[in-house]
Amino acid sequence: MPSLWISRARIVDPASKRDSVGDLFARDGIIATSLSAAERRRARKIDGRGLVAAPGLVDIHVHFREPGQSHKETIATGSRAAAAGGFTTVVCMPNTAPPADNAGTIQYILDAVRRDALVKVLPTGCITMGMKGEALAPIGSLKRAGVVAITDDGDCVQSNELMRRAIEYATMFGLPIMDHCQDQSMTDGAVMNEGDMSIRLGLRGWPNAAEDLIVSRNVILSSYTGAHIHMQHVSSALSVEIIRRAKADGIHVTAEATPHHIALTDAALSNYDTNFKMNPPLRAEADRRAIIAGLKDGTLDCIATDHAPHTDYEKDREFDYAPNGVLGLETALPVVLDVLVRRNRFRLAHALDLMTRKPAGILNLSAGTLAAGSAADICLFDPDEAWTYDAKAGYSKSSNSPWHGRTLQGRVKTTIVDGRIVFPLAAS
Amino acid sequence: MTWTRRHLLALEDLTLAEIEQIHATSAAFKKILKRNVKKVPALRGKTIVNLFLEPSTRTRMAFEMAAKRLSADVIAFDAASSSTTKGETLRDTAKNIQALNADMIVIRHSAAGSPLYLSKILDIPVINAGDGAHEHPTQGLLDTFTMKEHLGSMKGRKVAILGDILFSRVARSNIHALIKMGAAVTLVGPSTLVPHGFTALGAEVSHDLKSALADADVVMLLRIQHERQGHRHFPSLGEYTSMFGLNKTRASWLNPRAIIMHPGPINRGVEIDSDLADGDRSVILEQVTNGIAVRMAALYLCAGYQPEHVISSTE
Repeated sequence: MPSLWISRARIVDPASKRDSVGDLFARDGIIATSLSAAERRRARKIDGRGLVAAPGLVDIHVHFREPGQSHKETIATGSRAAAAGGFTTVVCMPNTAPPADNAGTIQYILDAVRRDALVKVLPTGCITMGMKGEALAPIGSLKRAGVVAITDDGDCVQSNELMRRAIEYATMFGLPIMDHCQDQSMTDGAVMNEGDMSIRLGLRGWPNAAEDLIVSRNVILSSYTGAHIHMQHVSSALSVEIIRRAKADGIHVTAEATPHHIALTDAALSNYDTNFKMNPPLRAEADRRAIIAGLKDGTLDCIATDHAPHTDYEKDREFDYAPNGVLGLETALPVVLDVLVRRNRFRLAHALDLMTRKPAGILNLSAGTLAAGSAADICLFDPDEAWTYDAKAGYSKSSNSPWHGRTLQGRVKTTIVDGRIVFPLAAS
Repeated sequence: MTWTRRHLLALEDLTLAEIEQIHATSAAFKKILKRNVKKVPALRGKTIVNLFLEPSTRTRMAFEMAAKRLSADVIAFDAASSSTTKGETLRDTAKNIQALNADMIVIRHSAAGSPLYLSKILDIPVINAGDGAHEHPTQGLLDTFTMKEHLGSMKGRKVAILGDILFSRVARSNIHALIKMGAAVTLVGPSTLVPHGFTALGAEVSHDLKSALADADVVMLLRIQHERQGHRHFPSLGEYTSMFGLNKTRASWLNPRAIIMHPGPINRGVEIDSDLADGDRSVILEQVTNGIAVRMAALYLCAGYQPEHVISSTE
């Protein structure tokens, strides 16, 4: 493998507190402090002028749909979408068909990753068998098979007793638990946020309280057991406040927010566009602002996309019947730059921290830094380039994006995994 | 002013002038319905498909009657014996109906937003005959038409809508129309079925029946849709009736000349005393009759005709 020499880029590495223009080197897939004159002559050179060189982005919440739903996405197509979005490490959710509640399914996923993946794809396993919330999945075997966390994402464990035992048991293996916080008794038939907009549209509402209750439950269980619980895609203002107080009390909880929840509100649903339907749903403006404030003061730890592909024919139907979920990987960076950096005055390094070092830290992944000796996982982007996103021309197998047709500012130019360019791929 | 809409999807979208145009056109058609020969040739050679994916008696028959009075051919879509039971999507069903050369679709669907969705994927006019808990625009139009017949201008009039507001498309369409017409709308019923959020639509929300009915010019009752709410929104029909059912005593709180309305179907003895439903102040069956004229107007205008044409032909 040739060495890599990125010259005169603005190198932003939150983990090593670096933000300066300079050269970035990699040898044998590892970040190096310098290259010898001979190595430089043979190195793959990338002109970094005008570009930001950041650690490859880390997304701890994606759905790659394999096995069982490969009409929506595969590890091959999903990892290409990740590469196109500047992501070099992604963590995929276990709600596949069958669910990843056994070591065999994890092995299947890891085989597909080895064969097809362009970026580092790490599996999670289920908390409960079949994600039914009734009996614990074989968490120890899942750990041994290679999962980095357990979650019943999409289906929240409703039994407090089962959740308590799950976190106690998983903590024995050092496995974090990620929870999709939703009291299902309050969201039966719900398809959007409960509020003025759901009243206007005549759609069933999903109240913030259903999230707040489970976030509170998880804070209490974490406090009681000492186990780490990570709250997925927080969408409610009160949930942000509950997590803020828990952290102030030293309780070991972490939380993520999606690009769509920081950028959009339920006002976007006025035309019943199913590309704005996801779970948890888009909330009110006060919630959106609270999530941004939570990211700013560290209450919320990271950005995660909840990249959730669905085919056109699944999404193109009555709002009530369309599945939840939107794409995220190919648009996350420009959306975060727009909302956090341009509109809410986050420093660039802070915004990138939320997409690199912080998410990696939540799951103890060795990713998200450009420090010498780390894997040469790099995202090179032009922070100013404006471009129009065409979801149908994207790399994901699906095109269910709320950003389709929108002009975005900030564009990934090159993505590098272990010193190899994975985006753009040379025409073969 | 000319009528420019091809679809009738929601009264929220309509201007006051458009609502008045439909009312004026409805009044002209109502005159025609009183003639010996009740049929006009306006839509001769056109085919209207009634795509009813949810049960309906009144609305479906009124649309069918209206289309026939306009000389259109009508095909009623029977959901139970159709390909939707074989998994055909709404898009494919609607595209096939269009491919069968239908000129207009009237849709009733349990999923809110379905008529808007069809209007985006079809080239032919789409009329909303009720979509989930969203809107029922022709019901709102016929209700306000009936109110105007009895009360004249609705400006400053007090209308109380009583019952299950949360799940009611009829309530939403009436709220939008009445607010535009200058009426004061009070929504009343149990707090679980009349959430405060409705104030965002411009209506008042009350849980006190007496003050809500006091001096009201119109009381509109809505059916308690017990099948949709389970037992979570109120304890029992009996408790509902005792707290919110309209009986003689409560009706005496109304303005003496007030009218009592109900879009049907009625649960006698639940939301309204049987005697009141059949009494002098009840205009429930007039609403049904007016439903034909209003739907004639809706079909006629969305087919591309102007209100003046029918009005001049009746004068």
